Amino acid sequence: MSALSDVSTHAMASARWRISEVAFWVLALACAFLFPSRYLIMTDIVRLGLFALSLDLILGYAGIVSLGHAAFFGVGAYSAGLLALHGIINEPVIALVAAGLVAAVLGFLTSFLVIRGVDLTRLMVTLGIALLLEALAERFSDITGGTDGLQGIEMQPILGLFTFDMFGKTGFFYSLIVLFTLFLLARRVVHSPFGLSLRAIKNNPLRAAAIGVPVNRRLIAIYTLAAFYAGIAGALFTQTTALASLDVFAFERSADLMLVLVIGGTGYLYGGLIGAVVFKMLQELFQSITPQYWLFWIGLVLVVIVMVGRARIHRWVLFVPNLIIRQFAGRKAAVAVPESDVS
Amino acid sequence: MASILTNLFDGVAYGMLLFVLACGLAVTLGLMNFVNLAHGAFAMAGGYICAVLVNQSGWPFFAALPLAFVGSAVIGIALERTLYRHLYSRSHLDQVLFSIGLVFMSVAAVDYIMGSSRVFIKLPAALEGQIDLFGVGIGRYRLMIVVICGLLTLALQLILAKTRFGSRLRAAVDDPRAAIGLGINVPQVFAFTFAFGCGLAGLGGALSAEILGLDPYFPLKFMIYFLIVVTVGGSSSITGPFFASLLLGIADVAGKYYVPKLGPFVIYTVMIVILLWRPNGLFGRTAAR
Repeated sequence: MSALSDVSTHAMASARWRISEVAFWVLALACAFLFPSRYLIMTDIVRLGLFALSLDLILGYAGIVSLGHAAFFGVGAYSAGLLALHGIINEPVIALVAAGLVAAVLGFLTSFLVIRGVDLTRLMVTLGIALLLEALAERFSDITGGTDGLQGIEMQPILGLFTFDMFGKTGFFYSLIVLFTLFLLARRVVHSPFGLSLRAIKNNPLRAAAIGVPVNRRLIAIYTLAAFYAGIAGALFTQTTALASLDVFAFERSADLMLVLVIGGTGYLYGGLIGAVVFKMLQELFQSITPQYWLFWIGLVLVVIVMVGRARIHRWVLFVPNLIIRQFAGRKAAVAVPESDVS
Repeated sequence: MASILTNLFDGVAYGMLLFVLACGLAVTLGLMNFVNLAHGAFAMAGGYICAVLVNQSGWPFFAALPLAFVGSAVIGIALERTLYRHLYSRSHLDQVLFSIGLVFMSVAAVDYIMGSSRVFIKLPAALEGQIDLFGVGIGRYRLMIVVICGLLTLALQLILAKTRFGSRLRAAVDDPRAAIGLGINVPQVFAFTFAFGCGLAGLGGALSAEILGLDPYFPLKFMIYFLIVVTVGGSSSITGPFFASLLLGIADVAGKYYVPKLGPFVIYTVMIVILLWRPNGLFGRTAAR
């Protein structure tokens, strides 16, 4: 029984809040007051961070490589848009959850397709589902508005109290609160025994099955949860920008998302959030240098990251913050280098 | 009846084109187990090389086609030697990220150099129009594609089955370690095969400019088609991808002609169903490694 208690003390120790984590969230909140003129881009970052968090759940923790995560983002975006447009659910928070649930249902249904097969089949199936949904959205343009997208969405005040203003202040705080809430949930999930079993599956599915982990059921559960997160991210997109168009399903969105997560690192939840900040800043930078051809630089970043090696880059990036944190909080508090991927 | 046959012929031509475009990928992805999403970029390179030679330098079309092959093959081997070979043993995630990065770079670079609009290659007059064969209208250009691609397929099959290089490649794919032990220079075989596949893609790109359309977004638009050919066709031989390409070509042309509203819906559904039914492809075998 000592092994069991060892595992639980270890799990509890790693689940404890670290100073660096608290600092991260304080910093995030501080940004809201430091840059009041930049709410729109910060909302964009928060949304992207949430979306990347969703991919991290399946890629970083369960090891499922997905090229079509935009499918759930798009479903969430269109659900939220349609709910608001037809006045079915006027209250944004309830609509947000409803849109997330729609995406979760889709995630649950498609998870059975995804858990079959190896990496390559998964890539193809996830990509295929996203393309399929894009084709569907284009086909039923009387519902989705086709290439023009949903138009004339008007958002009601949040909880009946806070109206969306044109500077995006409400939208930003709304998104940040949603992100934080969902982050807490994700943090709880990945540090739970369930989350530990996911890591076991990622490292070696056969061995995980041999020690009694129901591999398929766990994968279905986390895939559904990730779909829920992605749906919420999509719904936030619609609610804060008041539009939803076909490009929510685009392949580029899924590919960008991978880049975001890879910049930040997989498997420690903050990767997506940090990656979102860095990605948006890079995008702004490249767009200011070469407005039309920033895609080239994004591609170059991807190639360089892979060639240098993801783990090595993260060690370099985390070197300075860790040095500072160690000064204040001793050796143990350092931010861990994310686990390397086994595939 | 005649229109059905014409459509069928168009589908076959389209499928054969897809085969030439994708069979290089069948080797890298199917045999070498490298997820190369950037395969379309080599096809695009071939297409643009051909377009520049024909439209700007005034080369005859048939002289530019081999140059498209050579140009793409050279680009392919340069990238293989400098970048790709470091990634053979890396995780699929790394390979996906790397090749997406390459696609993005190629899209933006071509957009910068050549402009974003669709490029047309001036065809010789002999290839334009249709000929009437027993009441069935057959496009001359498509007929040429069927002939060229059919010959290429035969040549490939012969090279793989009969030549010394073919047996080395099959050995290297079946069991790289044993092949190295037998004195086969596996990296060299792979590099050569990679370059050859890129060259074929380039040739396919040059041929497809007329049918599929050539613009900077070519690699992204047709990525899924190439992947379908390889994953559905499996990798045990080149006949698998060949039949998968024909199937895909005919289904796509027929789908666009008879149920235009469903669009690409049919193809993706069929792909997902086939992958669920046979995860290793229709003609597949279990992966060697």
